[in-house]
Amino acid sequence: MALSGFFLLFFLLMHLSINLLSVFSEDAFNTVSHFMGYNPLIQFLMQPILIAGIIFHLVMGMVLEMKNRKARGVSYAKNNAAANSTWMSRNMIITGIMILLFLVAHMIDFWAHEIDYKYIAANAEDPTRYWEELHHKMGDPLHVGIYVVAFVFLSLHLMHGFQSAFQSVGFNHNKYTPAIKKLGTLYAILVPLGFIFVALFHFLTQSH
Amino acid sequence: MSDKGMNLTLKIWRQKDSKSKGKMETYKLSDISEHMSFLEMLDVLNEQLINEGQEPVAFDHDCREGICGMCSLYINGEAHGPDRGITTCQLHMRMFNDGDTIVIEPWRAAAFPVTKDLIVDRSAMDRIQQAGGFISVNTSGNTQDANAIPINKSDADKSFDAAACIGCGACVATCKNASAMLFVSAKISQFALLPQGQVEAKERVDNMVKQMDLEGFGNCTNTGACEAECPKGISLENIARMNREFIKSAVLKDK
Ligand code: HEM
Ligand code: SF4
Ligand code: FES
Repeated sequence: MALSGFFLLFFLLMHLSINLLSVFSEDAFNTVSHFMGYNPLIQFLMQPILIAGIIFHLVMGMVLEMKNRKARGVSYAKNNAAANSTWMSRNMIITGIMILLFLVAHMIDFWAHEIDYKYIAANAEDPTRYWEELHHKMGDPLHVGIYVVAFVFLSLHLMHGFQSAFQSVGFNHNKYTPAIKKLGTLYAILVPLGFIFVALFHFLTQSH
Repeated sequence: MSDKGMNLTLKIWRQKDSKSKGKMETYKLSDISEHMSFLEMLDVLNEQLINEGQEPVAFDHDCREGICGMCSLYINGEAHGPDRGITTCQLHMRMFNDGDTIVIEPWRAAAFPVTKDLIVDRSAMDRIQQAGGFISVNTSGNTQDANAIPINKSDADKSFDAAACIGCGACVATCKNASAMLFVSAKISQFALLPQGQVEAKERVDNMVKQMDLEGFGNCTNTGACEAECPKGISLENIARMNREFIKSAVLKDK
């Protein structure tokens, strides 16, 4: 859980930096996107690793949830869970499933299109198309709306997940853990906000 | 301070034995002093029930001073009730108000079956202890004095803090996953921090974690509820230490 979590946290940072490029430079975004789309190392090594990482994470998450539900057995007639733990920590499966739903939509939206473009329709390479495609997609209010909501759930997931992953691998230290918790909160706010910013940027700068 | 007693409505889990179904029953109590402990309040209820010819409510208790870990009870949705750093025998009625409804349930965990009313069978925790929560000491007569081995103060303090766990099971009861990891990690940490505990360190963590899973306790997802509700302030730091010990043992194992 924690190892795949760390991996996803790292991936997310990389993904965000590429997205942010699209705000500053159409050319740079196109160059990097094209590189990511056609570099064999990325396509045939990193991409399968990422997909495996996500699948491992969500399958383990669901197995964990089922085992843990079984371990309670009979539930309490009255339970004041808010007295001793945060909502985020108790609802990782809910925020996780919301992220999963988004990921499915996201894959249909971008990835399926890429597969179609490259392998089924077998179009020629066009290193200048990416920015336009992204800009066009983010012109749709429904797209942007789903995007924003999904990243709110990701933020909630990471509010607990970031620091939790450190504890899971056995890292808890009087001096450093408070800093890790602060860093986690910062990550959980700034990274999703970054994605939302990019989406809104494209939405608000549509020419029509 | 007023001497007027409180009137209370109690909703209590009643269950004849481990095989019957059980349900919540409602009782009225009047004139309860705020100076009473929670268990004394239940004693008053039981006297009332006995006088009325009814079966008294069965609940666990022994020392009634917060050291044995026997008293349990999930009170108004929290292990050991609304106060912090205490067991139920140390909970005072002044935490409640006149006219309150108090819901009282047994610890709920698949590994803690209810035996009667509010009493659960916590022997799963004993079996975890027996799986490795000890050090083997040679009692041949020439045993070395423990004080002859120097131990740094901070490790000694942390080990002592971990050893304060009274095995009450509040951590399990309160955890949304019914995980026993705070308890097990305390029992592992008290030895892992001391030189005497090193000899059997690998087997200890392996065997205790294995038994913990066998008993059907859940897995920790770091909500921190156990630490908040633990009467002895056992720290989550212990769970991280147990995770480290577990990883270390898995990596270093020769088979
Ligand atoms: C695909 C959908 C996802 C599902 C179904 C899911 C589900 C879960 C579940 C059930 C947990 C563990 C429960 C807990 O600790 O309370 C968890 C933990 C975690 N998740 Fe996710 N998650 C998903 C996506 C993500 C993504 C995209 C990221 C990060 C970028 C992420 C990062 C984390 C982290 C860091 C943890 C903590 C790991 C630990 O404490 O050991 N998750 N997730
Ligand atoms: S860790 Fe705390 S709550 Fe858990 S059994 Fe020990 S004393 Fe009780
Ligand atoms: S009765 Fe011993 S701790 Fe409460």
